[in-house]
Amino acid sequence: MSPHAEEEDATNAYQSLSETAGIDDPRWAFGSGFEDVEAEIEAPLPAGVDAADLAEYCLMLGDDALVCAQRIAEWVSNAPELEEEVALANTALDLLGQARVLLSRAGHVEGAGRDEDALAYLRSEAQYRNVALAERGDDLDFGVAIARLLVFTTWRLALMSRLLDSRDPVVAAVAAKAVKELTYHREHAARWAVRLGDGTDESHRRMQAGLEAVWPFVEELFRTTDVERRLVAVGVAVDPADTRAEVDAVLDQVLAAATLTRPDRAPMGLLGGRGGRQGVHTEALGHVLATMQSLARAHPGATW
Amino acid sequence: MDTSTPEDAELQAQFDATVAADQRIEPRDWMPEGYRRTLIRQIAQHAHSEIMGMQPEGNWILRAPSLRRKAILLAKVQDEAGHGLYLYAAAETLGVDRDDLTQRLVDSRQKYSSIFNYPALSYADIGVIGWFVDGAAICNQVPLCRCSYGPYARAMIRICKEESFHQRQGYELLLAMVNGTDAQREMVQESVNRWWWPSLMMFGPPDGDSPNSQQSMAWGIKRHTNDELRQRFVDMTVPQAEVLGVTLPDPQLRWNPDRGAHDYGEPDWAEFKAVLAGSGPANAQRLAHRRRAHENGAWVREAARVHAEKQAARKEVAA
Repeated sequence: MSPHAEEEDATNAYQSLSETAGIDDPRWAFGSGFEDVEAEIEAPLPAGVDAADLAEYCLMLGDDALVCAQRIAEWVSNAPELEEEVALANTALDLLGQARVLLSRAGHVEGAGRDEDALAYLRSEAQYRNVALAERGDDLDFGVAIARLLVFTTWRLALMSRLLDSRDPVVAAVAAKAVKELTYHREHAARWAVRLGDGTDESHRRMQAGLEAVWPFVEELFRTTDVERRLVAVGVAVDPADTRAEVDAVLDQVLAAATLTRPDRAPMGLLGGRGGRQGVHTEALGHVLATMQSLARAHPGATW
Repeated sequence: MDTSTPEDAELQAQFDATVAADQRIEPRDWMPEGYRRTLIRQIAQHAHSEIMGMQPEGNWILRAPSLRRKAILLAKVQDEAGHGLYLYAAAETLGVDRDDLTQRLVDSRQKYSSIFNYPALSYADIGVIGWFVDGAAICNQVPLCRCSYGPYARAMIRICKEESFHQRQGYELLLAMVNGTDAQREMVQESVNRWWWPSLMMFGPPDGDSPNSQQSMAWGIKRHTNDELRQRFVDMTVPQAEVLGVTLPDPQLRWNPDRGAHDYGEPDWAEFKAVLAGSGPANAQRLAHRRRAHENGAWVREAARVHAEKQAARKEVAA
């Protein structure tokens, strides 16, 4: 068959191989979940909102998603079945997409010329604002991974569904997208919690152990920071304490269906009254960032 | 040939006529046992390759140097898992099941593409794997979109489109890197040097040394010889390398106006055979990784199975 005849075939993929033009095709960033809100990142600061507070708030929400995505991505090529490879990668990708917009917004509002990558790759642990649950490792134990995902997505969905009307247009846009994504993620985690809890003796034990492992990090999710308090007053943020009843109700429902028991674990303590939101983390975050930032930091001035 | 009875001879004649007319064989159609076995082996190896191919790239997801690159790489590796799913499903239409094929992979009873037995040592490898490895895979796979077996051909159409996109993403990463710092340009050249020859080996041994090719061509499973596809890949890649400003590591590589094609050197077939036999740089690591993931997931798969049984039993009681 002549090359010409192949070009007319709808199944021909050679054509794009020999094309070096057209690399500005927006599909290059397929899966990043970025383009649809990109235009809004530079939206003006809503009246009466403190720029530093909004930047800090975007970092909190963005860092939660980024660090958790990084943890979930550890599962790539390690999942218990192929469908789960797709589902976990997809969840990480969605959270990464949320993080990118939120970090970009933080950088824009801050006004110091930092973009998403400067914020992701050039901040130290103490400058990260995520909750400890996001950085909690799982050592590829699926019970721990599902427990973390269940608690994290239940809480984040409760937050995001209250941010749909945020006066900051970027936060509101992220929330609109995130609510759809997190609804799926929470459903996925809940189904696994039920399968494992109500599966074999071993899976029940391991799912319960997973819950026990993440439970000390639950309390922090509902602690209100001063930044959040000020932003609630101007209609930008949600008070995380307000999500507690919803999170408890959802988790209780899932645990009951899964024949699991709500753990009775003391919350992880604060250090001088400070936790993840104030930049005081567990030792785990340093390792997460060391891995994530190593290549970017080794090549200052590089373009990727 | 299964032509022991007159009936078999007639079925065989029908099959031959379908293949000769470039029509598709579908799962319910009669097919020679050898054709079925060859397809199962080939589709399973292809599915396994998608799954094993997640490892070298997965090695860089956590360290991707920008969030955009992380998203692109994560999406690509996710696509590979998806390709594995379609391909296992295509193999299942031939009467095997995925669990069994997976077991054959982890027991080393079935192979996967040897290219994944090479390590991914720098971020440039992510670009070069896209450019060379996905490029070579596409050269091999585009003809399979017209393969005589319907389910495989249809799976390949979708896969080829995504592979072509991955190849361009890889190339775009390299373009960005060669326009970056000196260290990045060196990283790209070093990666090209390591991947060029193994990529040429992806087309398989030279035609004179490829015993199964002829039968596969007669069956309409294979459409071009190994050397034809390798030539096509070389001819396609040379101008792309010029755009990037990298050197392909073959002193014999040059345009031959008489042939209207590039002459190129001989890959190290001893290395090819060694990697195929299991002693490449990363064979043991890749297989151990796959086996570990499979074994670590056994309790989860068992839980899902038992839970589904419990649910079904409850429904029965309720009914």
